[in-house]
Amino acid sequence: MRVVNGLIDWVDARLPVVNTYKKHMSEYYAPKNFNFWYYFGVLSMVVLVNQLLTGIWLTMFFSPSQGFESVEYIMRDVQWGWLIRYMHAVGASAFFAVVYIHMFRGLMYGSYKPPRELVWIFGMLIYVALMAEGFLGYVLPWGNMSYWGAQVIISLAGAIPFDVLPFIDANDAKEIGEALTTWVRGDYLLSTATVNKFFALHVVAIPLVLVALVFLHILALHEVGSNNPDGVEIKKNKDENGIPKDGIPFHPYYTVKDLPGVIIFMMVFAVVIFYFPTGGGYLIEKPNFAPADPLKTPDHIAPVWYYGPYYAMLRATTIDWFISSKAWGLIAMGGAIAILFLLPWLDRHPVKSIRYKGLLSKITLALFVVDFLILGYLGTQPATGLAKTVAQIGTVYYFLFFIVILPFGHRFEKSKPVPERVTGGH
Amino acid sequence: MSNDGVNTSRRTFLIGLTSAIGAAGAVGLAVPFVKSWLPSAKAENAGAPVQVDISKLELGQRVVQEWRGQPVWVVNRTDKMLEGLSQIEGSLRDPNSEEDQQPPYAKNQWRSIKKEYLVLIGTCTHLGCSPLYEQEPTVQLDHGGFFCPCHGSMFDLAGRVYQGVPAPTNLVVPPHSYLSESVIIVGSEEGETQA
Repeated sequence: MRVVNGLIDWVDARLPVVNTYKKHMSEYYAPKNFNFWYYFGVLSMVVLVNQLLTGIWLTMFFSPSQGFESVEYIMRDVQWGWLIRYMHAVGASAFFAVVYIHMFRGLMYGSYKPPRELVWIFGMLIYVALMAEGFLGYVLPWGNMSYWGAQVIISLAGAIPFDVLPFIDANDAKEIGEALTTWVRGDYLLSTATVNKFFALHVVAIPLVLVALVFLHILALHEVGSNNPDGVEIKKNKDENGIPKDGIPFHPYYTVKDLPGVIIFMMVFAVVIFYFPTGGGYLIEKPNFAPADPLKTPDHIAPVWYYGPYYAMLRATTIDWFISSKAWGLIAMGGAIAILFLLPWLDRHPVKSIRYKGLLSKITLALFVVDFLILGYLGTQPATGLAKTVAQIGTVYYFLFFIVILPFGHRFEKSKPVPERVTGGH
Repeated sequence: MSNDGVNTSRRTFLIGLTSAIGAAGAVGLAVPFVKSWLPSAKAENAGAPVQVDISKLELGQRVVQEWRGQPVWVVNRTDKMLEGLSQIEGSLRDPNSEEDQQPPYAKNQWRSIKKEYLVLIGTCTHLGCSPLYEQEPTVQLDHGGFFCPCHGSMFDLAGRVYQGVPAPTNLVVPPHSYLSESVIIVGSEEGETQA
């Protein structure tokens, strides 16, 4: 024991190990009233570790110049390769599932409001990096949906109407959009050059960024302290030792609370991996079981479910005013993501938590969730008559929620008084 | 605090100058990294323009040439074929080529530079099958045209799509130009390649 203590002292004199442990674990005081929704932060960490671990293993057997063949090799020939690959593919969907619920939790309890704006911003950057990572990863298996999905998404760059990157002069490109798509593809058509590039971004560049952002997200959170379902600042009520009266140390209380959540999540995750690894075409789309074929477009090109809402908004935008509807669609899609960054400043409600907001806030938030889910579904379906109209209404409500309801809604409702201390939620 | 003989304005100037030169260097250094994403010399060769010799192309005949992995058709249209074009405009989806499926110099009633020579990318705009060339009138195509055997899409002899078929848009006219009277160069526009 003395040897161990001595070693700790030796290291601690050179690296702030003990202090860091205290600051972020044993003396990080989290509100005592966390509920079910607070599992999803830690779950996204679990999924991140799953993606990194399985991802590193997959690179051991994957070669980007033979994308489709090496996925088949992993699935059929590599020992346990099928499991590692399904853990990674299902993990991507699981990542988005937990992140969406985590974001909804923030929306519900006002976790992005001051002083937690930076926590939200870092979270949003993680979300954007994750979307890039998911897209790049979906191209790598070089199935037919990989090919055509990439074709559609990369050609979106072709809708950019302005000259943004003047020094990229792809030889015979006539417009900046065309030059940009050639630059991204590294060829005049989607080819091995594209897959190699995407592979490097998917396995090295974006994961580095992701891990750094997760670090900053947690660092910023621990600086200001966690919000809670009541939206009460626990730091306002401290005892004589300066410890929040409604706070409990993260370790052991929340580490122990999170463990059963992680176990239950893993059980659900395992059921999907073992019994529904393709999720009926929603997690791995059916055309992706055939190799990329530039001469055969799938009957309908749909994104994976987690991009559904934005894809629906892209297609629903059909106005042709001043610039092309394609460019407007791109603006709608980009704007739908960009507006989330402004959430801390758009929400001017004096009350943080939905618990004490009025009826209008509750109904509009519920509608927003339904809207997002409907848009998500429509994004994966063909855009025909009725579906298109519904998507257009959904797109309008999406922006209305952020631009009108969040800034001004509080003027038209009566909020309940917010308690001084956290409650048991009753 | 005294300045101890420090010339602060000179110090500020030097910091600014160093930063500016450093920033310029960083931009310069970014160029190779950004440029490396462009098509390699190998890809450029594979995507190079291709020449089509039309000197031996009989009236009504079509030649097929591969360009960037796609079939490119060149059709030598007869006067009768050209006359037919204006007669069927009522049954076309986009008779005036409003959709951006051709370079500006081919946005005319013939969808070509010289009215007799039609240049098209020979893949159906529906699901990318290669339509059949119907030189003579058929049951569906009164004035001839292109018929896609996969899902029945029909196009006229200017590659314009008929109404009521699965294909949404006209066939694509690739960028092309005339190197000489008898040579079309596909993938290179007027003035880009000299004979």
